[in-house]
Amino acid sequence: MDATIALFLAQDGVTNGAIYALLALSLVLVFTITRVIFIPQGEFVAYGALTLAAFERGVFPLTAVLTVLLGLAAFAVELAREPSARTPRHIVVGLAMDVAFPVALLLAAWHVAPLKLGPAVEVPLTLAMIAALGPFLYRLVFRPLAEASVLVLLIAAVGVHLALVGLGLVFFGAEGFRTQPLTSAMFEVGPALVTGQSLWVLGTAGGLILALWAFFERTLTGKALRATAVNRLGARLVGIPTASAGRIAFALAALIGALSGVLIAPVTTVFYDTGFLTGLKGFVAAIIGGLVSYPLGAAAAILVGLVEAFASFFASTFKEVIVFTIIIPVLLWRSLRTVHVEDEE
Amino acid sequence: MTPTASILRRGLRRALLAATAAVLLPGAALADITVGLIVPATGSTAALGIPAKNTAALFPDEIAGEKLRLILVDDASDPTTATTQARRLVTEEKVDVILGSVMTGAAIAVAGVANETGVPQLALSPIDLPAGKDTWTFRMPQNVTLMAKAVVEHMRAKNIKTVGFIGFSDAWGDFWLRDLKALAEPAGLKLVAEERYARADTSVTGQVLKLLAARPDAVLVGASGTAAALPNIALRERGYKGQIYQTHGAVTHDFIRIGGASVEGTILASGPVIVADQLPESSAVRAPALEYVTKYEEKYGANTRTQFGAHTWDAIQVLKRAVPAAMKTAKPGTKEFRAALRDALENEKEIAATQGVYNFTKTDHFGLDQRGYVLLSIEGGKWTLVK
Repeated sequence: MDATIALFLAQDGVTNGAIYALLALSLVLVFTITRVIFIPQGEFVAYGALTLAAFERGVFPLTAVLTVLLGLAAFAVELAREPSARTPRHIVVGLAMDVAFPVALLLAAWHVAPLKLGPAVEVPLTLAMIAALGPFLYRLVFRPLAEASVLVLLIAAVGVHLALVGLGLVFFGAEGFRTQPLTSAMFEVGPALVTGQSLWVLGTAGGLILALWAFFERTLTGKALRATAVNRLGARLVGIPTASAGRIAFALAALIGALSGVLIAPVTTVFYDTGFLTGLKGFVAAIIGGLVSYPLGAAAAILVGLVEAFASFFASTFKEVIVFTIIIPVLLWRSLRTVHVEDEE
Repeated sequence: MTPTASILRRGLRRALLAATAAVLLPGAALADITVGLIVPATGSTAALGIPAKNTAALFPDEIAGEKLRLILVDDASDPTTATTQARRLVTEEKVDVILGSVMTGAAIAVAGVANETGVPQLALSPIDLPAGKDTWTFRMPQNVTLMAKAVVEHMRAKNIKTVGFIGFSDAWGDFWLRDLKALAEPAGLKLVAEERYARADTSVTGQVLKLLAARPDAVLVGASGTAAALPNIALRERGYKGQIYQTHGAVTHDFIRIGGASVEGTILASGPVIVADQLPESSAVRAPALEYVTKYEEKYGANTRTQFGAHTWDAIQVLKRAVPAAMKTAKPGTKEFRAALRDALENEKEIAATQGVYNFTKTDHFGLDQRGYVLLSIEGGKWTLVK
């Protein structure tokens, strides 16, 4: 092993780590606000990548249909269950957001798919369709369980994961896809070659982290989300609508997942079930950050990426074992350091 | 409850009752040939299972004048599910023969049930079993050793001295690495690097750098489906100029679609069905292979043929020969028939099918010879027969 190889591996590790960091951030975001350990986060990655790949081949992505159906279901269920949703104002807003918006996306996708207009049109459309899935899933599955224990929410999350993987197989087929790279540029930095695509990944991840930071620090909505994360009951007492906090958290998580998918699709083959393992590595990072700390989670994600890259060089047979073993010393250290509290409220 | 809802509900209850009755009534008239087909239609190996499932739609209605009753089940790429499904097929459906599974692990699980209950199994994966455990198991696909010999022979002819291996960290990768290790040294080849990766991996940079550092003349990729293209692409991206070999697990049209320019010139060991139209007229395989390819692609579109589907089709070709022989001694649906079918499979000779000519014997339950494989290379995005 020489410096060149080390640089290549480091580049690979940091690029993958950036993706894991995005996933870790969305996992922390969803957990702190809704207490859901969001296993299906990885599915958004696969859906994002495969939806874009479908557009690229000029095929209408069935994801659009799922968005419409979930929107209709969310609208209907709320109408049936909550009297407050039956006021004329709520019905109009609901029809616009849950029915008209997904249908508009579906029509746009139907229209755009055969034209092959390129990433400038297809990427935003993909992101919009999948970002909409997040809040719909929250309202259908997690909102009615909002007061349940973490364990019940986790089981519901596993259920959503299984359903989404199955639907992914129906939508996209069993074979994997790749998309065209956004750029094929290569830069020589000292002895190493840096690909333009990895700069895209790092740039987008960095930009997104900054944007999230600004959102939480500078905007009223962001501050309301943080307040909900710190104390849900207290937040509600001072007039913060916690349900809308959950919706926003899920929308952000779905958007970040889809974006990660769009970013990795050109560098690797994405299958309908690829998301789970990718999401799990983001989860390892989030756990190292204690599922509460954004900076720790992001840093841990880069570490996971680096460990993975170097493990695949030195001991490819044991790569996954090594990556997932990182979690054990962290858990030991955390359980020794903190006083254990039964967190069932 | 509103009257409409109650009528609807009554209607639904009736439909359910009818369905239950249909399930409970004995499904097979006496002397129907009952075939159980176990494929991974979902889960991690769905890419292999779906063409097998699609092929089942092309099966004939009868074999040797007897009605063919096909029961298709999904093992979800899970050996435990495969075991349960195989047991259900044997005890409840009283199948005469089990086809499947396509997934290696699941096929091994089914073999356990077949051996225990005395039902012939035509496995759709080239599984290795301990001696004595394959009495009831016959494999349709080519033995990995047979294919590895073809690959190593080609390497020797091309004057390749050193070879690197990168393969799946599962049974498929194990089989290939084991055979490559065993065959390389006698052929004067040196195995200089062995790397593993998983189907769902998003990057193989580390493994590829290690391979490159060992400077092999050729690299063998022991993987399957589109995931096999990943090391191929990574090697070419890093400027590897040597020959790349792939296994028959990688031969699908999607492999070329994913690999694009990176897989040009790659050599693959494959069953002959993929290049049915390029086979010489004298080949015994040409006619059956063309028949299957025409039928399959008529229904599912051009360039959709796969080996996994062809193996499933071949199982029926083999049964077409073995069933009439077995029916001379016993009636389908009986224990005697299953034993007679097993003997007939061992005794019938020169069964020409899409993937080769089968000659199962008492000691060889693989049954294929050199007519069962070809070497392909990818030229201009198309499969080309290596002469």
